[in-house]
Amino acid sequence: MTMLELYGRSFENRMLLGTARYPSPSKLAEAVQASNTEIVTVSLRREAGGSHAGEKFWNLIKSLNVTILPNTAGCYSAREAVTTAQMARECFQTDWIKLEVIGDSESLHPDTAGLVEAARILDAEGFRVFPYTTEDLVVAEKLLHAGCEVLMPWGAPIGTARGLNNEYGLRALRSRFDTIPIIVDAGIGLPSHAARAMELGSDAVLLNTAVARAEDPARMAEAFAEGIRAGRNAYLAGPMQPSDMPRTSTSLIDKADLRE
Amino acid sequence: MSEVAIIGAGVAGLTCACELLDRGIGISIYEQAGKLGEGSCSWFAGGMLAPYCERDTAEHEVMQRGLLAARWWQKHVTGVTQKGSLVLALPRDRNELERLSRLGKQCRWIETPEILEIEPGLADFSGPGLLFPDEAHLNPRNALQDLANYLKMREVSIRFGQAVRPEDLDAKTVLDCRGHHSHDVLPGLRGVKGEMMILQTEDISLTRPVRLLHPRQPIYIVPRDDHQFMLGATLIESSERARFSVRSMLDLLHSAILLSSSFGEAEIIESGVDVRPAFNDNIPRLYRKDNVIFVNGLYRHGFLLGPALAIQAADAVINPDQWEELPQCA
Repeated sequence: MTMLELYGRSFENRMLLGTARYPSPSKLAEAVQASNTEIVTVSLRREAGGSHAGEKFWNLIKSLNVTILPNTAGCYSAREAVTTAQMARECFQTDWIKLEVIGDSESLHPDTAGLVEAARILDAEGFRVFPYTTEDLVVAEKLLHAGCEVLMPWGAPIGTARGLNNEYGLRALRSRFDTIPIIVDAGIGLPSHAARAMELGSDAVLLNTAVARAEDPARMAEAFAEGIRAGRNAYLAGPMQPSDMPRTSTSLIDKADLRE
Repeated sequence: MSEVAIIGAGVAGLTCACELLDRGIGISIYEQAGKLGEGSCSWFAGGMLAPYCERDTAEHEVMQRGLLAARWWQKHVTGVTQKGSLVLALPRDRNELERLSRLGKQCRWIETPEILEIEPGLADFSGPGLLFPDEAHLNPRNALQDLANYLKMREVSIRFGQAVRPEDLDAKTVLDCRGHHSHDVLPGLRGVKGEMMILQTEDISLTRPVRLLHPRQPIYIVPRDDHQFMLGATLIESSERARFSVRSMLDLLHSAILLSSSFGEAEIIESGVDVRPAFNDNIPRLYRKDNVIFVNGLYRHGFLLGPALAIQAADAVINPDQWEELPQCA
């Protein structure tokens, strides 16, 4: 099966997992193992303290032996996001950054203007940017111009568990940028949502709360991994098209004629 | 030489001390600080004995082990109030309450007119809630003092200003109850920073702890004497014991004002920061090494799980079989 390619690195698993809001670090580790997740996102902001204060938690994440994708969650301006990205690079020794610039504190809607601006600055500084955006085609175009080689459109607003709010938009994004990896990020509540995102041809899915706040996070993580695998396979297998006419799936030739 | 020496007079050390005394075992207790509560994260605790509400973030085991807490505290201290807990959410966050009602179980739904009836202070809050009628709360500072008095009446006084380590003590068994201060000997222990405040206002009164399940900054407000309210608490993966950040204070106060605008006029009489000691699963446990039992990892559940852990520690002190079963400390 083809691998997921992100900035020159290959991954087998197409699920990315966030590390916030688990009942405990142990539950987080179990969820990562149960789903064979290879990439986790980590928020730097809240944990940032002076002199190695957050070291224990970071070491724990590092010990999971997964690729770390730091994020700029909770940043409200391009400048703030850039500073956070620089801190993350130092802390996690990676130039990967999931860029979030939030425009509204209630709806957590991305500030797409600030996002493009921050992406440009970070790209110039050598970062590999994973921008959290909407399904807007023009914004996506500008992000690619800014140097991004991945797009992360939302399914629905962060933490809402509403699934894919705009399938048409995601499909349009897929067909316009058919060579750019698309990772659907945010708003995923159920494995069926994740499977659907993959059936549309997305390359991967990133989720957090749906696993972290499940009663059994490890089991839910496994369920998501299965959903994502199923969706990917369905996409590669070439699904049949819906039709208005019922069609029998069994050949009728051999059916006994009982009329006589 | 007393049979058991306890290091640390926070909630872990004091509950162990009382539990051992109750079973007729001679103890001595050492505390590094000069007075009760100093340098101990128990001093900043909320004091909620709320096993069911805690299911919002804690595992089933925490609930199970917390069920005996209210009775234990009632036996040892004064001022345990059992008027239940009220958990509220903004109408848009009803899903958070639905999740908790499924996990916490011992609760019933309560809507605006009835919320006002039981807590008239929440007049400007409009939203659904859950009432957990069996839960209790106490004032942690009074409770620690009461435990110290309980020991004193049994002729045990806490030896303050004694920064001892287990190997310094000549006792049959040593209980190391130093919380996060033991992180150098317990490699699995980490610190989880918490920030809390005490507000004072006569404009509002509450009879029970009230929690707000805000998805970004959940808070609890615990009423105390003298028109005071404990407002807590952040949970940050950091072992930093100082630096109350602007963002944390803003978030906590914002959520408090969502519950009642009366908190807007309250006086901030204290802000506190400390770290909670936690193992990776956020569940407390005992470890043994030679003649030492480490009693640690109470996380944000010092008063809720302190009694259960103390009972377990006392059992291990008395019963060699249980002692043998304790995991060895690296």
